[in-house]
Amino acid sequence: MNNRVLQNIFRLIILVAVQILILNRVQFMGFINPYLYVMFILLLPFELAKWQLLLYAFGTGLIIDIFANTYGLHAGACTLMAYARPAVLKLLTSRKEYEPGLKPGIRDLGFNWFFSYASILILVHHAFLFFMEAFRFSEFFSTLLRVFLNGLVTLLLVFIAQYLFFKKEARI
Amino acid sequence: MRYLLSFILRHHFTFLFILLEVIAVWLVVNHSFYQHSRVTGMISEMTGSVQTRINSVYEYLHLKKVNESLAMENALLRSKLKESYLLTDTMRFYQSDTANKQEYSYLYAKVISNDVKSRSNYLMLNKGSRHGIRTDMAVISPDGIVGIVSKVSSNFCWVNSMLHKQTRISARIRKNGFVGTITWDGMNHAYGRLQDIPANVQLSKGDTVVTSGYSHIFPPNLMIGTIADYRVAEGYNFYDISLKFSQEYNRLSWVYVVTDFYRDEKIYLERFRVDE
Repeated sequence: MNNRVLQNIFRLIILVAVQILILNRVQFMGFINPYLYVMFILLLPFELAKWQLLLYAFGTGLIIDIFANTYGLHAGACTLMAYARPAVLKLLTSRKEYEPGLKPGIRDLGFNWFFSYASILILVHHAFLFFMEAFRFSEFFSTLLRVFLNGLVTLLLVFIAQYLFFKKEARI
Repeated sequence: MRYLLSFILRHHFTFLFILLEVIAVWLVVNHSFYQHSRVTGMISEMTGSVQTRINSVYEYLHLKKVNESLAMENALLRSKLKESYLLTDTMRFYQSDTANKQEYSYLYAKVISNDVKSRSNYLMLNKGSRHGIRTDMAVISPDGIVGIVSKVSSNFCWVNSMLHKQTRISARIRKNGFVGTITWDGMNHAYGRLQDIPANVQLSKGDTVVTSGYSHIFPPNLMIGTIADYRVAEGYNFYDISLKFSQEYNRLSWVYVVTDFYRDEKIYLERFRVDE
């Protein structure tokens, strides 16, 4: 149990460091900027109480906010994402029920499940983030374009990270 | 009371969500209205020192390009020295100190954090109120204009970049003197929009656009960019001009903050303008 808590803290530190040091400085095509750190919220264990989920997500967003100088933007987006997570889980109940000990990820629940799970939640996160940032609807379609393009790149990175770092654990 | 408590407990997930979301939105709104509390100033100081360290690494990677541009600017300045001119008649170069008062002075500052990918972008500079920086000062670079100082702490300052949704810069087409307004649409950080130029003006691609000096912030005749494309929308009497910025905003590392010695006087006088 303790081991899993440590594992999650370690994952948070790595993802936040990667986000602040590398990804926040990436500008692909001028405005595409992936937010890989949301993977931390995607991979939080199923057993977590709902209120814990909200607080952890809010805290994660706040850390990113402090370093990106976007007070509240990421915190709000992450909180909305955490609020949507139980509903999405209920929606996607696969044949395997979420047994205790099962972790969200490709390894335990398969590609299709993880693809729908991650893409819905990333879309929720990015939609809140970019519309809140624009703070008006006069630029609705260009904002929507940013949501989808950025979401696509984030999703791609999440999958790459999954295959790079989480497949290997299965063999150990 | 018991019902209320049990109601809150039953729906604690939603209530906590609403509470956290309200906090987040409050933070966003508070920030975008630029009511700078002391807390954000303190956080700026803290993250500023972290950013300085991160930036020193990135700075190192860009040394070659920065050196090149500094050397070029040195050469330019050297060519403007009095010694670089051939003195044919000493009387002509005599200057009385009382006749020529300095209007602008320039303070160099290092960019320690910069961004071009948000809808509203900010830079942090390593100079603050201790060095004489105040809000609404202009920030320029050798290649163009950079932005306007928006928040100052004792050692650092935040600058609203040109690439900001609230930035509106008064600009003049150098060729014919027509004045318009520059904004940024949030997409490509290399291009801005120039508006309010009447459609009967003759334009061509590549025309130079400079600051007009009407705003009391930027000195006049600083390079902003060149006209990349222009068109008149059906039914309008004004051009919609796409402007290529002369400064590449994702490559900034040294900038100059402009002090206007007569700014207070200009603003004082402006109070007497009567709107009729």
